[in-house]
Amino acid sequence: MPQHTDRAYEQQLSSLRGSVLEMGGLVEDQIAQAVRALTDSNATLANVTIERDHTVNRLDVEIDELCLKILALHQPAARDLRLITTALKITTDLERIGDMAAHIAERALELDAEPPHEPKADSMIDLPLIANLARSMLHRSLDAFVREDADLALEVCRSDDAIDKLHAQLFQALLAFMVGDPTTIARTMRLLFVSKYLERVGDHATNIAEMVIFLVKGRSIRHMDVPPREL
Amino acid sequence: MGAPALQLDSPVKMAVRGLTVRYGEAAALHEVTLDVPERRVTALIGPSGCGKSTFLRCLNRMNDTIRGVRITGEVTLDGENIYGPDVDPVELRRRVGMVFQRSNPFPKSIFDNVAFGPRIHGVKDPVALREIVERGLRQAALWEEIEDRLDSSALDLSGGQQQRLCIARALAVEPDVLLMDEPASALDPIATAKIEEHIQELKETYTIVIVTHNMQQAARVSDFTAYFYLGRLIEFGPTDRVFTNPTKQETEDYITGRFG
Repeated sequence: MPQHTDRAYEQQLSSLRGSVLEMGGLVEDQIAQAVRALTDSNATLANVTIERDHTVNRLDVEIDELCLKILALHQPAARDLRLITTALKITTDLERIGDMAAHIAERALELDAEPPHEPKADSMIDLPLIANLARSMLHRSLDAFVREDADLALEVCRSDDAIDKLHAQLFQALLAFMVGDPTTIARTMRLLFVSKYLERVGDHATNIAEMVIFLVKGRSIRHMDVPPREL
Repeated sequence: MGAPALQLDSPVKMAVRGLTVRYGEAAALHEVTLDVPERRVTALIGPSGCGKSTFLRCLNRMNDTIRGVRITGEVTLDGENIYGPDVDPVELRRRVGMVFQRSNPFPKSIFDNVAFGPRIHGVKDPVALREIVERGLRQAALWEEIEDRLDSSALDLSGGQQQRLCIARALAVEPDVLLMDEPASALDPIATAKIEEHIQELKETYTIVIVTHNMQQAARVSDFTAYFYLGRLIEFGPTDRVFTNPTKQETEDYITGRFG
């Protein structure tokens, strides 16, 4: 695509893209660290993760400000306009994912403070599986944003079902634990929360992917029961 | 060349088919086909020299007066070819009025400016003239500002008022179509906003075609947008779609400021 005649504008748009990516990368890291803090019972890492949520929040505000500035000064149109609206919406999802990472880290600290009983986070096969899936969805949705790849984004939307199914399975397994031994309820609930947080990460990644499709194709596939087969 | 595959939400007022305009050897417009929808605002955008003003001037045969011009193709108004042998250009220009970039009031009173057209077309009754003048000035959203000084010179009005007076003058002969060539480019933001608001009211009665260099203005006031480049019609569609999701890369590049 040719460059804007107005170079300052071009530069602002590219700095917007850069900031969204920076925020995306940070949030991706946050989820990875929170899950590691949980599975390794690493309280230090959990605290670092909680602390770093401030950086995510700061980027959220900064990107909003940059978007408002571009809207006010340049009256963007067409794809540029879609980039701004996409950035505004994506950062809300990224900020929420950041919150999920902080919540996972908080649950990790709580679990760490308790005597080590079953069920343990590291012995549960499905939890790391959900975590990997959520991270992969997030990673691919950001990749789709960078490469403006609508097909990859659509693939992300389609993979949300798998994470929902895993979460439902894990819910049943944890329920069985609680029924079997009520003393595990507090522990198990925390793990259940983590599973729910990760399932939410998948939802936010899907939102991001949907916005990427809007950015590239100019059409909205949000709030469809089933993602379309092709674009 | 067939009709453009575009769903209009209103009847076609003017239909342009394969319109080509040459000034000497140079073609200013190539094979332009476009439907102007009735009682809608159609904006023509594009860089200088793209042919949008030439196109506009073909709609009421203003180009006829230029020496060496050759026009081929067809332009119809309510289904009738305006370049047909029986068409009286003066009567055509009554039905298809024009407002220019620079306001050009006659050095006469406000009243006489608006009454000029109706007088030429034979209205002599002072009461009828007075009604026409008042209606025109009201439609041009100027009446309340000047009703107590209709006899003062039009040249004493502000720039924005002069432009609205020219609109009133164009409306006084009850045209069907109003062509506007950059009607607000020489006005300050408030006068511009007044003209724009006014266009929204006028389209209830008139079919409007407007040329503008101000893309935000095109986006604000028009229902349909046509993008011209190098004498060709590149894209024509509903304004909200053209400005959010144009189908042609050239349009995208122009409206987003990726140009030259």
